[in-house]
Amino acid sequence: MAELLAVRGLRVEFATDRGPAQVLDGISLDVGPGEVVGLVGESGCGKTTLARAILGVLPAGAARIRDGEVRFKGADLLREDPRVVNDHVRGRAITFIPQDPFTSFSPLFSVETQMMDLMKWKSPRATNGGGPPSIFRRYPRARYRADREAVLEALRAVQIPEPARALRRLPHEFSGGQRQRLMIAMALLPRPDLIIADEPTTALDVTIQAQILRLLRELVKERGVSVLFTTHDLGTAHEICDRVVVMYAGQEMEAAPTDAFFGRPAHPYTRRLLASVPSPDGEIRDIPGEVPSLVAPPSGCRFHPRCDHATAECREVRPAPRELGEDHAVRCHHPVDAPAEVDR
Amino acid sequence: MNAPLLEIVELVRHFPVRSAFGRRVGWLRAVDGVSLTVLPGETLGLVGESGCGKSTLGKTVMGIHAPTAGDIRFAGREIGRLPRRARRAVAKDLQYVYQDPGASLDPRWKVGPLLHEPLKIHTTLSRAEREREVRAILAAVGLPDAHLDLYPHELSGGQQRRVGLARILTLRPRLVILDEPTSGLDVSVQASVLKLFRSLQETFALTYVFISHDLSVVRAMCARIAVMYLGKIVELGPTAGVFEKPRHPYTQSLLAAVPRIGGRRVTQDFALEGEPPNPRDVPSGCRFRTRCSLAQARCAVEEPPLRPLDGRTVACHFA
Amino acid sequence: MSAAWFVLTRLAQDRSALAGVVLIALLVVCAALAPVLATHPEDVFELHPAERLQAPSIAHWLGTDRMGSDVYSRLLFGARITILIGVIAVGASLVIGVPIGLVAGYFHGWLSDALMRVSDIFLAVPQVVLAIAIAQTLGPSLPNVILALSVTYWPWFARVVYAETRALQKEIFVESTAALGASPWRLTVLHVLPSIASPIIVRASIGMGFTILTAAALGFLGLGPPPPTPEWGRTIAESREFLPDAWWYAAAPGLAIFLTVMGFNLLGDGLRDVLDPRLRRSRTAGDG
Repeated sequence: MAELLAVRGLRVEFATDRGPAQVLDGISLDVGPGEVVGLVGESGCGKTTLARAILGVLPAGAARIRDGEVRFKGADLLREDPRVVNDHVRGRAITFIPQDPFTSFSPLFSVETQMMDLMKWKSPRATNGGGPPSIFRRYPRARYRADREAVLEALRAVQIPEPARALRRLPHEFSGGQRQRLMIAMALLPRPDLIIADEPTTALDVTIQAQILRLLRELVKERGVSVLFTTHDLGTAHEICDRVVVMYAGQEMEAAPTDAFFGRPAHPYTRRLLASVPSPDGEIRDIPGEVPSLVAPPSGCRFHPRCDHATAECREVRPAPRELGEDHAVRCHHPVDAPAEVDR
Repeated sequence: MNAPLLEIVELVRHFPVRSAFGRRVGWLRAVDGVSLTVLPGETLGLVGESGCGKSTLGKTVMGIHAPTAGDIRFAGREIGRLPRRARRAVAKDLQYVYQDPGASLDPRWKVGPLLHEPLKIHTTLSRAEREREVRAILAAVGLPDAHLDLYPHELSGGQQRRVGLARILTLRPRLVILDEPTSGLDVSVQASVLKLFRSLQETFALTYVFISHDLSVVRAMCARIAVMYLGKIVELGPTAGVFEKPRHPYTQSLLAAVPRIGGRRVTQDFALEGEPPNPRDVPSGCRFRTRCSLAQARCAVEEPPLRPLDGRTVACHFA
Repeated sequence: MSAAWFVLTRLAQDRSALAGVVLIALLVVCAALAPVLATHPEDVFELHPAERLQAPSIAHWLGTDRMGSDVYSRLLFGARITILIGVIAVGASLVIGVPIGLVAGYFHGWLSDALMRVSDIFLAVPQVVLAIAIAQTLGPSLPNVILALSVTYWPWFARVVYAETRALQKEIFVESTAALGASPWRLTVLHVLPSIASPIIVRASIGMGFTILTAAALGFLGLGPPPPTPEWGRTIAESREFLPDAWWYAAAPGLAIFLTVMGFNLLGDGLRDVLDPRLRRSRTAGDG
């Protein structure tokens, strides 16, 4: 199957006070066309770094890509001409929904100004002759009108009441949930193939979150857009994703279709993670130990210091991906073959 | 039977809303008439989304805000209107844990003096006696004696949290208000923290008021639960019953909105539209009516009181 | 005292701050060891009219003044006056301004407003002008100069302390310590004051520079300690009628004032860079 996005062996290092931190340790990940993939993990696991690496917006001074490739529609984004990637891929074929709706808009300009600014450069109708954005570039009238129509249409699709009036308002006049709707609209306008959503509902109340998740899923399924959805909330991943990938300390541990992931998790970390979600029976299960430092990470499989099933092999060699059938891959020397511990 | 440890009667806390010139143009009705009781030894959950007033309620009970109206009775004694010095003395028995207990530590003080301080304020123990207490508490929260000589920033976030808790526990309070104690935490860290709370409750015979927006956490930790919406309680009762069969339309939507692992997807069932109204502009009558599928004319006119129904109390005309 | 060591090492890395420290150290050494370092210590009081206005030479390193006294020696003893004025004036301003700022910052009612309005009034008048007015009224003398300077400089401390105290009230650790039952007194003295020590120290250092400059101005105008006190500003005033021939007469005290004030300003800037942002940032925990 031709994957839309194929990350292979990505290795990213960050410079810190205490030395270089191995934030991503050879990550491989696939996203198929029209597929919603959830990237799940706790803080420090590297999911946001991975999202940024794919977009190509890692902090230039601090981060270094040491190895690996990011293949999008066949081409390796890390090795293509950066200007071509900037014009045609970033903000166009791949768009982004950030986590914090409260700081993602400029407070100074109206929604219309900000969205039309986006359309000026990234509208599907634009014929970019190449070259960096310049304030001297003209915005042809006819295209402007067509783009504005598209923007109004997008606002209707994300259920913003009275789109024409909404355009004239400033972002802070909207609630958090409404601003996320605007971000979703902006992410869809360039007609992307892939949307990277970085914890888009974490900052929202649970009832608003439910509305946003439903909206996002409807819209992407309608348009056949793929989504790479990072989250630390397993429930959210279950809600909206077709497949789930779990990361720990910069390594991906398991990737499976949603039902298999939650029903028969194979990796000890996945099992423990699922078990630590508070369950109705009132019993609380945590994971002994602490998240390791990425400056001096454990060797081999990075979860081995906290794992019940660990052996010497786990300490020495990082497990290669093992197919457990039906698109279910796990990187573990001792995968578990049993239903999830806690019955929900 | 047990006399309630904490009794809140029609508690009100309003904040003035001021225009650019400092003139008051309205009121933010953060807590708008809340009554509840907390029995010794129990863990009462207080849930709701942002703006519902649960945090303000906790802070008002604690004395961080002064009540606008209503009574707060702790161990039978009214504390909402005490003069400042007397109110400070209540802190010995009634304490409050912030979302990030580590942030409650003065960064310029070492852990040792930080833990001694509550005892210095409230007791007349000698230095040696205080030291003994402090070491006992440190052990109870699972930290080594060596930490007494460290500054907060030299500890990890989790350790800072434990020091923050230890600081409160040195006073051996009877009731502890926990304000969003697991918000923003990873799920495995959250599990450790909840386990710690449980063990501390046993060791120190604590009573908890557990404020959280995370329903699954509240379900695991609390035997009774109060659901708040826009400054009032809409449903109050045993957790198991409320979760299994929520009676108030808001509780129903709230529970339906929580993403669950396994089972039906929320987005298939969920039906609550619109946004919560601004607490400065509370709807007349029942404040949930603007989003409620059961709303009728009566709801705009008459505010429903909490009435008993099915083993709990519900504030709805048509539940 | 690990905090002091931390500050010193960080300060040493900043070249201009280091220059400031060196200059101030030089000032202190000159003042402390004036009797030893001076070539003609008796010239503070004695006159040698026969040797007046001699250019710098081996005998008189910086020449002589109109009374024939050795400029260099008088300069060194003048350093003592300078430090005395600076320390006492800034110290007094601190003792007045900090408590006022604390009270205004801690409380929120009319008292706080009143105190800040009073300090605003003082700040609205240029310090030099006010100091002149006070010194003029009271007569030229060393204590009056110090008084005039203290009375005009305290609002700077009050304002800094007020702003910092208000900002600190929003900090969670202050709110939670109050919730623990701490009295306002305990909160203010044991928690707020140590937290705002850095801005106070920075302000004090800059204040020294500013105060010394103003003291020199007062001395120049004849409002400072009367002769034969070798105050630098007065020395410059004396030298005026002999310029440009006896250039050393004005250049020496002028340069001394310049280096002293610059030294305190550089130190103040350096301290500000070291103390404020970094101490606050060191609260980060070791999570990934």
